[in-house]
Amino acid sequence: MGEEVEDMDQVVIANRLSDGLVVFLAAAPGSLQGEWKLRLEQASVASDDARAQELLALGVAAARQEQKVIEPYLIEVERTAEGLRPTLYRERIRCQGPTVRTDLGKQAEAREV
Amino acid sequence: MYHYDEYDHALVQDRVAQFRRQVERRLAGELTEDQFRPLRLMNGLYLQLHAYMLRIAIPYGTLDARQMRKLAYIARRYDKGYGHFTTRHNMQFNWPKLEETPDILAELASVEMHAIQTSGNCIRNVTSDQYAGAAEGEIEDPRIWCEIIRQWSTLHPEFSFLPRKFKIAVTGSEADRAAVKVHDIGLIMRRDGAGQAGFEVIVGGGLGRTPFIGKTIRPFLPKEDLLSYLEAILRVYNQLGRRDNKFKARIKVTVHETGAEEFTRLVEAEWLQIKDSALKLPKQEVDRIARHFEPPAFRVLSKTAPATEARIARDRDFAAWVRHNVAAHKVSGYAIANISLKPIGKPPGDATAEQMDVVADLADAFSFGEIRVTHAQNLVLPHVERDRLPELYDRLAAAGLAASNIGLISDIIACPGLDYCSLANARSIPIAERITERFADRDRLELIGEMQIKSSGCINACGHHHVGHIGILGVDRKGEEHYQVQIGGSASEDAALGRILGRGFSADEVVDVVEKIVDTYLAHRNAGETFIETYRRIGQDPFKERVYGAA
Repeated sequence: MGEEVEDMDQVVIANRLSDGLVVFLAAAPGSLQGEWKLRLEQASVASDDARAQELLALGVAAARQEQKVIEPYLIEVERTAEGLRPTLYRERIRCQGPTVRTDLGKQAEAREV
Repeated sequence: MYHYDEYDHALVQDRVAQFRRQVERRLAGELTEDQFRPLRLMNGLYLQLHAYMLRIAIPYGTLDARQMRKLAYIARRYDKGYGHFTTRHNMQFNWPKLEETPDILAELASVEMHAIQTSGNCIRNVTSDQYAGAAEGEIEDPRIWCEIIRQWSTLHPEFSFLPRKFKIAVTGSEADRAAVKVHDIGLIMRRDGAGQAGFEVIVGGGLGRTPFIGKTIRPFLPKEDLLSYLEAILRVYNQLGRRDNKFKARIKVTVHETGAEEFTRLVEAEWLQIKDSALKLPKQEVDRIARHFEPPAFRVLSKTAPATEARIARDRDFAAWVRHNVAAHKVSGYAIANISLKPIGKPPGDATAEQMDVVADLADAFSFGEIRVTHAQNLVLPHVERDRLPELYDRLAAAGLAASNIGLISDIIACPGLDYCSLANARSIPIAERITERFADRDRLELIGEMQIKSSGCINACGHHHVGHIGILGVDRKGEEHYQVQIGGSASEDAALGRILGRGFSADEVVDVVEKIVDTYLAHRNAGETFIETYRRIGQDPFKERVYGAA
């Protein structure tokens, strides 16, 4: 308490239109074109709010113009030794797959929730 | 069972063709998501946490082997090799692709299935008793009436945009296996003083944010008046139901706010106007539908089942399966065999494609090709020769389908929760899995006896937690999964809402709490008493003391 609030790291998450799978936006700063990636590690991470808003605007525009993704929004992530980790458990499950049927899908890969 | 006529086929195939064009336009970017969402929901296609989810109707829980094989095929070809049976006679696939959904719907149409009215503010899939047509003491096969309701409610223009979704359940037996009292309309078949069959009409039950047990607004309705009376109820609801607030839009709130007496008066007044209209069911039409539900060609069998009795005497596991999973059949020498989808440590209600194929084969080999789906997320082979139960059991066991726990503590209803659902606040399946692991021991299972645990991952209560003997509700508390526990609910003919025990628990604590509740029951019960009977006798305090310590 009383410390300065640091900007959280953020990424843009969405569902891919064609198959509904969870995707993340990757786009270089200043770029007008982004790519939607299937893995959180491939996402562009915004470490300040201005960059986060830039990414979100790009994602929303892409959703509207290209109609390839649904409902992009920002989630907070933290950098850990194992890689990026969403701060909310809902988003951790969303990124890593269900915590059941861990014999298949992306949840079959190593995880912690 | 019912088979589509030309109108049914045309309707379902037209819808597939229409949806195929809509999907093409969406994928081409010609429709926005806002424009497309209502169209896909009209065809049962939701967008969930990880992917799309397709909800397929299994009308009144009746499937034949051919349809089950088709579900297995879809699971394998278009999904990840499994599907989930819900609490309302639906199958949900968790990973369908939008671009392949029209093909899935075409596959379903080829076996007389669809996903119409499995979402949206319309009359949903009518549910029923899984023992329909097989239960001892049943007044009539309720599926005849379910099918009549299905035909009336399918694409009913007046009731396509109700204030909120609308669910109807029908039972033909005294014993309520369809949770009829927590439906928007529940129908129980009754006989009047003259011995004529009809319906007790119950309205305004429901779970979710504001749970209610339904109120009987008519103790006896003659059968031929079924549709006009339902139409009268729906009309009153369609006018009075609140469209200003989604959380107050279900008929349970309308009945509560209007008062059951005034609501009944309005329904009866409306009914008088339409009672003798075209909705009055002509006998020949009822007979035509009824012919679809004529009993299969039962053989004349001996009352005794020597092979089954011998196996019971020497095989404890088989004996337990017969005791819990097999129910009495109305025809001598036959039995109803339940297939539990609640193996220890696995998601309740899930079945793999291989298991679906096995069930289809067993239905053909043992049950005239008939399968039923239960609201408790299990399956049933309704017509099995009692003396062939050992053979059936062995084949079920080989497929991992012989869990002997119907009605016991590990027969848990659980919604998909936060593992799949975008509305959920907490996970539900892992809690259920851990409870089944905690109570895996056969002797302890038997000792505890009849016990229903129901678990929901949010207040919408798809896991029926309000009517569980023990109900578990997942909530989000400051960014952590947290669970409220309630006890004393029932979904049966003695329907009751449970009461919250007290402050909630972490995911780590909740299984211990269930165990403390169970231990309290075992310490207090009189000989032969079930959990719910003990609870009703001693009340909540002893359970509270055990869970929270003395106040």
